[in-house]
Amino acid sequence: MTKKTMEIKNQRDVIAARQAIREMANNLGLGLADQTRLATAISELTRNVIQYAGEGTCIISDESDQTTLRIRAVIEDHGPGIPDVDQALADGFSTGNGLGAGLPGARRLVQDFNLESKPGHTKVTIEMIRRKW
Amino acid sequence: MKIPILQLKNILLASIQVDLTDEDALEFQSDVLRKAAETDAAGIIIDITALDVVDSFMARILNETATMAQLLGAEVVISGMQPAVALTLVEMGRELTHVKTALNLDQGLEKLNNCIAAKNGIVTPREGNRRDND
Ligand SMILES: Nc1ncnc2c1ncn2[C@@H]1O[C@H](COP(=O)(O)OP(=O)(O)OP(=O)(O)O)[C@@H](O)[C@H]1O
Ligand SMILES: [Mg+2]
Repeated sequence: MTKKTMEIKNQRDVIAARQAIREMANNLGLGLADQTRLATAISELTRNVIQYAGEGTCIISDESDQTTLRIRAVIEDHGPGIPDVDQALADGFSTGNGLGAGLPGARRLVQDFNLESKPGHTKVTIEMIRRKW
Repeated sequence: MKIPILQLKNILLASIQVDLTDEDALEFQSDVLRKAAETDAAGIIIDITALDVVDSFMARILNETATMAQLLGAEVVISGMQPAVALTLVEMGRELTHVKTALNLDQGLEKLNNCIAAKNGIVTPREGNRRDND
């Protein structure tokens, strides 16, 4: 199992994080479409960290077993948190001046998406899951 | 990271070759719009062949740039979007709605020229050389 922890403090880190997950996906044999989905989802989630919490971490890991290929990313910060998670996940909701497309968009790109938030802690976990054959 | 913007007659051409930070993308947007105004460009081609991620922020920048350029009288064509990038944008629900797209630079240039000609009420030749309009 490979695992990589990255600090997310600025825009460069956003780019580094999406390159790292692309590389992991590529090493595990995922195709271009899946690599791009993962890189794009990470881009959205780590940008939110910078934008709303200032800084945080992104941990990517290979959680595959014999039958299933599974890449997980955990994006975490200790910023203000999201008061209403359902609202934040709805298309078009933004407290920044964004389109509110980041969270719902990222969610559509992966098989598993979990968002937990309270004041002082926000954690998003995503997984791309593919059957091996 | 400055993206060079080249001028070919009445068209501006920019090729994004590296991953842009949000600041880079915003700077590029204002550069391109300023140059479009300064040169009174009729069209702009932005080639994104080298971009392997276009997320919601970048998609918004591209859309906005096209809309603002139109207000300045310039048409915009985005060329070279990778298939996986296009697919991801559609899945996210973020197609480039205000922008014309083309497979590659060559087709982009043709599309842009046709579109400029159509706007000026010139009938486009089916193939071969296109006329300048003024
Ligand atoms: N890590 C976070 N901490 C605090 N609030 C967050 C965080 N991530 C998202 N949010 C909240 O959820 C809202 C929706 O986020 P989302 O990424 O979907 O859209 P956006 O960032 O506003 O715009 P876009 O991503 O389209 O540019 C944000 O406006 C913000 O209020
Ligand atoms: Mg966002």
